[in-house]
Amino acid sequence: MTELSAHLPQFQHGQLTENFPDNHLSNTNDNSERRRHDNSARRRNDNPESETNGQPQNNIQQVVEQDDEEDEELTLKYGAKHVIMLFVPVTLCMVVVVATIKSVSFYTRKDGQLIYTPFTEETETVGQRALNSILNAAIMISVIIVMTILLVVLYKYRCYKVIHGWLIISSLLLLFFFSFIYLGEVFKTYNVAMDYITLALMIWNFGVVGMICIHWKGPLRLQQAYLIMISALMALVFIKYLPEWTAWLILAVISVYDLVAVLCPKGPLRMLVETAQERNETLFPALIYSSTMVWLVNMAEEDPEAQRKASKNSTYDKQAPASQPQNDDAEADDGGFSQEWQQQRDSRIGPIESTPESRAAVQALPSNSQTSEDPEERGVKLGLGDFIFYSVLVGKASATASGDWNTTLACFVAILIGLCLTLLLLAIFKKALPALPISITFGLVFYFATDNLVQPFMDQLAFHQFYI
Amino acid sequence: MGAAVFFGCAGIAFGPALALVLLTVAAEPLRVIILVAGAFFWLVSLLLASLIWFISVHLSDQEDARLQFSLLVFGAAVSVLLQELFRFAYFKLLKKADEGLAMISGDGRSPISLKQMAYVSGLSFGLISGVFSVINILADSMGPGIVGIHGDSPYYFITSAFLTMALVFLHTFWGVIFFDACEKRRYWCLGLVVASHLVTSGLTFLNPWYEASLVPIYIIMICMGAWAFFTAGGSFRNVLKCLSCKRQEDSRVMMYSALRVPFED
Repeated sequence: MTELSAHLPQFQHGQLTENFPDNHLSNTNDNSERRRHDNSARRRNDNPESETNGQPQNNIQQVVEQDDEEDEELTLKYGAKHVIMLFVPVTLCMVVVVATIKSVSFYTRKDGQLIYTPFTEETETVGQRALNSILNAAIMISVIIVMTILLVVLYKYRCYKVIHGWLIISSLLLLFFFSFIYLGEVFKTYNVAMDYITLALMIWNFGVVGMICIHWKGPLRLQQAYLIMISALMALVFIKYLPEWTAWLILAVISVYDLVAVLCPKGPLRMLVETAQERNETLFPALIYSSTMVWLVNMAEEDPEAQRKASKNSTYDKQAPASQPQNDDAEADDGGFSQEWQQQRDSRIGPIESTPESRAAVQALPSNSQTSEDPEERGVKLGLGDFIFYSVLVGKASATASGDWNTTLACFVAILIGLCLTLLLLAIFKKALPALPISITFGLVFYFATDNLVQPFMDQLAFHQFYI
Repeated sequence: MGAAVFFGCAGIAFGPALALVLLTVAAEPLRVIILVAGAFFWLVSLLLASLIWFISVHLSDQEDARLQFSLLVFGAAVSVLLQELFRFAYFKLLKKADEGLAMISGDGRSPISLKQMAYVSGLSFGLISGVFSVINILADSMGPGIVGIHGDSPYYFITSAFLTMALVFLHTFWGVIFFDACEKRRYWCLGLVVASHLVTSGLTFLNPWYEASLVPIYIIMICMGAWAFFTAGGSFRNVLKCLSCKRQEDSRVMMYSALRVPFED
């Protein structure tokens, strides 16, 4: 999940999913689905550290007000850029899924169902079908709820090894096995002859680089690309194995669950986030898409000087972690500021006395940001679960709609607008928000409306070559 | 049929629009958001119009071909009126957003002007309208088939592509003129825009008599283009200056300071 810095004031949460511990016992399809459940959406909007901390003559009140205004201004100014930073990967994921659905027939062929949706939809009556799909959705949602609670319990009781092992096995499965299947189907579609040795080499390289990028370190763009690819793979699995009515019901119910789990005080996701905040820890890696590199600075609460020093350094010096060691050996008396830093600061804004009183006063300021990132490099984070469900919606729309491309495009626009609105709400409320409800609601409304109302209308117009 | 027709018609229909988007919209995040939101507004208007048409069809006799045809014409007219209504609604929303952005920004000026917003919103309406009209046709053009085998015009694809291009441009021009008219409260301009939209849509009812539909539509497009150009502040001198590639000295004096003092209150 996201790497968090010391304070985690705001989270935005979309979809929480679990790792299933007993993945050795069930078939691989289940594992893939469980892997899907490993995605939680967290978005974090950290307001930048106030840049007026060093201002000498302003009294505290003015500084506070300016902080608020600048924070507000900076938040909204960065809002448009952050929205685009999320539009692009969401669009890419959806494009990959739609392109695959349209070309590779494997993912639209009915080859059975997962064990989480045991009831078939090939029934005689409509009522029976509706009942079956409701039961399927109920089973799936209860599985998700149980797994979420299990995850929270594991996290609360510090069973980190279990969680990490789970995550690694899940991403191994996705990166190796599902990409192998995907590649095989693509080759079949385009009638490409391939030998096993080359295939093994390709899959091995793809998988190992993916594991390294996602779980350890790697170039940002490569990590983002891998996260998009595994989200697309997971979404394709869902599109293939979930029957129609079940899929739409699950989408609807999961956005309600998301809303409840994130906003209710006793919601599991909220508890997870708060526990992580209390412990000043990073949450699970590899489940969050991040639009920028996170400079992780682990700073405990008891060391306010180090914290302030690090965050000040970020304002003036972009290499925050790099400059940390330099300042570590500065004298403790001057608040930890090194000589050269003090000279630099003096030359910029005039001489300032850094006394314990002034430091205490600055400490007392309501600081909204504890990240050491440069404000311009602050990024947004979106959980992979959101990617997956958005892509499932658009993919299902392109697979099964009679309006075809019109429906697909309408759902696409609806999801983007939902994402935009969610980010706007985040900028206003500055607390954890679920990313699924608005987008999925718009998406579902537009899917059913376009498929049933707009498509016949546009069809008739196109038949006569009328334009509106 | 085949890839040639697909790429050719797609290029005709969306080439200029894509160029405009890549050159003017893609670099600025705010404009991209306005583009997507404009598409959303157009989609909602289409949804409502389809709902009205759908209800009217189901309430009427479905066997009567003439009645169905006139219901279709009625639906198209309702759709045009709703599109313009939603354009007005989008104008209101953008105006409010503009004020909000101006209030929040550091120097009291919004990062984007109303004229730019008018252009981007017009382009967004045009793009989504064009895409919805022609994308299924383009998808069908990739596959096998013979155009007009039952006696219809064999020029279906290429005329659709040209109509779509005209529509994209028209919406862009209408957006510019509309927003300016709303801003300056020139209601006759508004009425003229709505009327020209209705006329354009009505002209397409003359298809496949393409001389009577395509040519007047392109004439309307050129007129609207000129009107939008002059509304947006263009003039003959501007064009000459732009073409002569002369760099103009900025006549304003700029205060420069390394440290920005925050504004007091």
